[in-house]
Amino acid sequence: MNRAVTRLLAIGLLALAVLVLALWLGAAIGETAIPMDVVAKTAANRLWGAGYDLDRIDEGIVWNYRLSRAVVAACCGAALALSGVVLQSLLRNVLADPYVLGISAGASTGAVGVVILGLGAGVLSLPAGAFLGALTAFGFVALLAMRSGRGTGAVILAGVAGSQLFNALTSFIVTKAANAEQARGIMFWLLGNLSGVRWPDVWLALPVTAVGLLVCLWHARALDAFTFGTESAASLGISVRRAYVVLVGVAAMMTAVMVSIVGSIGFVGLVIPHAARMVVGVRHGRLLPASALIGAVFMIIADILSRIIIPGQVLPIGVITALVGAPAFALILSQRKATA
Amino acid sequence: MSLSAHDLSWSAGGVSILHGVSLEVRPGELLGIIGPNGSGKTSLMSLLAGIRRPQGGQVLLSGQSLHGLARREVARRIALVEQQAETAERITARQAVELGRTPHLGAFTPWSNQDDAIVDLALEEVAMTALAGRLWHTLSGGERQRLHIARALAQQPEILLLDEPTNHLDIGHQIGLLHLVHRQNLTVVAALHDLNHAAMFCDRIALMQAGRIEAIGPPSEVLTAARIQSVFGVAAEIVRDGAGGCFIRYRHPDLPAPRAGWIAAAS
Repeated sequence: MNRAVTRLLAIGLLALAVLVLALWLGAAIGETAIPMDVVAKTAANRLWGAGYDLDRIDEGIVWNYRLSRAVVAACCGAALALSGVVLQSLLRNVLADPYVLGISAGASTGAVGVVILGLGAGVLSLPAGAFLGALTAFGFVALLAMRSGRGTGAVILAGVAGSQLFNALTSFIVTKAANAEQARGIMFWLLGNLSGVRWPDVWLALPVTAVGLLVCLWHARALDAFTFGTESAASLGISVRRAYVVLVGVAAMMTAVMVSIVGSIGFVGLVIPHAARMVVGVRHGRLLPASALIGAVFMIIADILSRIIIPGQVLPIGVITALVGAPAFALILSQRKATA
Repeated sequence: MSLSAHDLSWSAGGVSILHGVSLEVRPGELLGIIGPNGSGKTSLMSLLAGIRRPQGGQVLLSGQSLHGLARREVARRIALVEQQAETAERITARQAVELGRTPHLGAFTPWSNQDDAIVDLALEEVAMTALAGRLWHTLSGGERQRLHIARALAQQPEILLLDEPTNHLDIGHQIGLLHLVHRQNLTVVAALHDLNHAAMFCDRIALMQAGRIEAIGPPSEVLTAARIQSVFGVAAEIVRDGAGGCFIRYRHPDLPAPRAGWIAAAS
């Protein structure tokens, strides 16, 4: 028992160290490289008023732009990876993730509906609109998949239909109602973009990710019980409907909040859970935290790459994740065929 | 611990599948459910397990309605082995059996040595200890089915429900698996296809046809040539042994029907 606790603590500390290192790099690397020690001193100044004498501009870049951006990137990666694990396990579908199932597209439509059309008359915030859009899209896709036979293929095809429909709706709203400047901004945001991220975004992204992780961990054993399908889960004592509502709700919430902050980013939710399974196996007690960590680190690195790969230009982060994710997706597809 | 069904009805997709099914499972018995394809065996099993809610009637567990009880509470007392439950996950044989502990563990209850011991025992019962580390997709159909039984045993239920547990197994594994289940000190309800297996292992048999229970009782009483002819549409002779057992010999459809005296001589 004591050894298990020590081990858990050691692994937790190691994970934290990896995460801190990634954030550190994320704040140091960029168009103007800032030395690692300056980053550390900035953090010390801001977190507990250490009083180091630093260049005001460097300190400002590190704290106001890069660190907040890196934290949101980490949250986004973790949240999307967790959503992917949950959807893959609940639907027993290796190709499920919020992007493939149209949840991200629905969230975009909801967000655009609030921003451009003013839906919700000011009561509905941007993330809430995205959440409603995400749930609507999932409902649509689930209904369509159920009517077309519930198989792995049916779910994915329904997801394609859902994504297309909601992306078309988004384009329609933007083209019809937005002015040219709004439209340009939204199109850039739609591809996934961390440029505008500041600390207020952190105070939304961080709690949502933390709550999402806790709820998922709370249901880790329930997710394990879905290994042999819903009926098997029910016979193992899982209240299937409740598990579905809570877990799909949490996945939709995490996806919607991330979409409302950084736009819709593909392939993270799909690929990261598979990578994590290769490292820690299929048990959700390990798979969930591992996916969250790998997702967070992956996203910070993707963000760094998006800033330095073309000098003087920022690439949408969705481009980087797709460049890595699409080949991985192809690999998963072909492996699935080999084992089936 | 008693399980009983009272006037159950169930329909799916507008098609009525069970009509007014009542039966009582006696503690410690092995009750076989037999009947043609589509007679409602699988539906009855899932209603008895409480994973579906009947549209009419109710299932009582020790006098309490199954749907008044928490799912987890039910899963500690009743384990269900479905037909051919499969997974694409890279799960090991042992991990599949460990799932049986789910109803006994809270969200953050740590896995204990006792859980390990229960899983070890369940693996031993089905003779899968040596293959415990193997990945699911490398195992044969018979091995997978034995693991499903082991998972159900790890649930430590009082009642075990099996839905056609011997499908797709060779005869050696079929008999072995039924013998294994029979040895357990459990109340067992098993939907079976093979009438001779039902006759060999069951204390009682319920014969289903078109969503109703046609007959229920000891195998030698339920299995008659006339019933097998009317329910399955197959001519058969029932051969009885001195100890109250019986077995069924099917007749080739091309052969003329046996004379009455011939059956009398055989029985």
